[in-house]
Amino acid sequence: MSEIKNNDRREFILDMARNVGLATLGGLMWSAYVDEVTASTLVLRPPGALKEKDFLRACIKCGLCVEACPYDTLMLAAPGDNKPMGTPYFVPRDMPCYMCTDIPCVPVCPTGALDESSVSKDGVLDINTADMGVAVIDDNSCIAFWGIQCDACYRACPLLGEAIVIEYSKNERTGKHAFLKPVVVNDVCTGCGMCEKACVTEKAAIFVLPRETAEGKAGDYYIKGWDKNDEKRLENATSEITTTEISKESAIDSLNDGLEDLY
Amino acid sequence: MQTVWNNYRYLILRRFSQISILVLYFGANVWGWNILMGNLSSSLLFGIVPLSDPYAALQIFAAGAVLTADLLIGAGIITLFYLTVGGRAFCSWVCPINIITDFSAFVRRTLGFDSIQKRQPATRNIRYWVFVMSLIISFILGITAFEFISPISMVHRGLVFGLGLGWAAMLIIFLFDLFVLKNGWCGHICPLGAFYSILGKFSLIKVQHDADRCTGCMECKVVCPEKQVLFMVDKESLPVLSGECTSCARCIEVCNHEALHFSIRNFKN
Repeated sequence: MSEIKNNDRREFILDMARNVGLATLGGLMWSAYVDEVTASTLVLRPPGALKEKDFLRACIKCGLCVEACPYDTLMLAAPGDNKPMGTPYFVPRDMPCYMCTDIPCVPVCPTGALDESSVSKDGVLDINTADMGVAVIDDNSCIAFWGIQCDACYRACPLLGEAIVIEYSKNERTGKHAFLKPVVVNDVCTGCGMCEKACVTEKAAIFVLPRETAEGKAGDYYIKGWDKNDEKRLENATSEITTTEISKESAIDSLNDGLEDLY
Repeated sequence: MQTVWNNYRYLILRRFSQISILVLYFGANVWGWNILMGNLSSSLLFGIVPLSDPYAALQIFAAGAVLTADLLIGAGIITLFYLTVGGRAFCSWVCPINIITDFSAFVRRTLGFDSIQKRQPATRNIRYWVFVMSLIISFILGITAFEFISPISMVHRGLVFGLGLGWAAMLIIFLFDLFVLKNGWCGHICPLGAFYSILGKFSLIKVQHDADRCTGCMECKVVCPEKQVLFMVDKESLPVLSGECTSCARCIEVCNHEALHFSIRNFKN
């Protein structure tokens, strides 16, 4: 009798162990897969999208923004597109964001993954405050940098003369012509991609990247001392002195330390 | 009375319901209809009423996002609706995957797989584990875990917005149900089904069995995708109280002796 009970107990414990094992295995594979497929950093999101990590948290993948878009700009990532599945994105070279003034794609979002307040100024929707990405120029393939006259991107920019400016310089090769080089003003550019669409080269020489990817960061060590706005970054600066093995004595002492044997 | 209508009336109505919902969504995306916009994850009815998948909302909550009013209202409406009509009515009257898995089950029956493989190698409780796990992973990774792998949304979204490789998901589920496990996806794994099973415990509309009329032919158990819920057939006159019943009503229409019918739940007993 007790033999049977013992076996029952053993079987129960083994069954539990098997279930826990299977659940752990499944859970790990599931987590790894989801983590991997959402790690895509080169996707351009609709205007007003939260930061990518928060966006992936909140987006319910309903496609209401896609349906609201009057230009077939937005698409939902289908399996095989190699983008986080079901989330909205756009490819400017195929169809850029045409910057509708009423931004129909944003207010329809049911989960706040597209945030109205981030594309509003004084409580009014303003597409010029959108930040879908930033245009980057490859000056090696941009024909304006070769000296050929082209201002397609400059003309296509909805923030004409603000987000892309033309820089003049002398063409030393011919001695009598000028370079008319397009330069992106990062802080103004909304990443709509109309420049990328307009670019005349075979593969666009100007293209939109997510801001996170396109921009560097100078960090707090470097301040533009001539710029009152930039100096504001120092307002809340605190000083903190770290003492390490080397710095606890003065620099000279520290450098000469351990050289006694030489004399 | 054995007429086609009598034996297939609910099946025809269900397919009609599933396909018209798909067509409405499709029309919204392609022709700009505004009856039902979005998709099964979240939609707008007549351009005003928000509807949201409460399970997706739960994952968004677990992932740590702030739930907006639209999402709460939408998920609330859907929850109340399925609380009333029976949780898994979603599965058999709305979900497009049901068409695929019903077809698998039909092929299995026709080719006689079921009589060869009498015992299935997995428990139907897996889905509850998957459900709990989806919330844990959503919480840990800060991402809606099931929404990124869900073949339901993949297929449904695919049919409305462009399929991509979504046909592969359809094929996998079809083959899985056909060869690996009977009622494999819907009856064993799907966490959305698990979620609606939990909701369905409280529903008002239930299938009622009348043992006095039953001849014990067991036709109902043959067609039932969750046949454990019909344990009382030919034994006792009881309502099908299990939330796992999908309210597909196949049992009602295949019964030639009217021993099963829909009824309102009697809360007194």
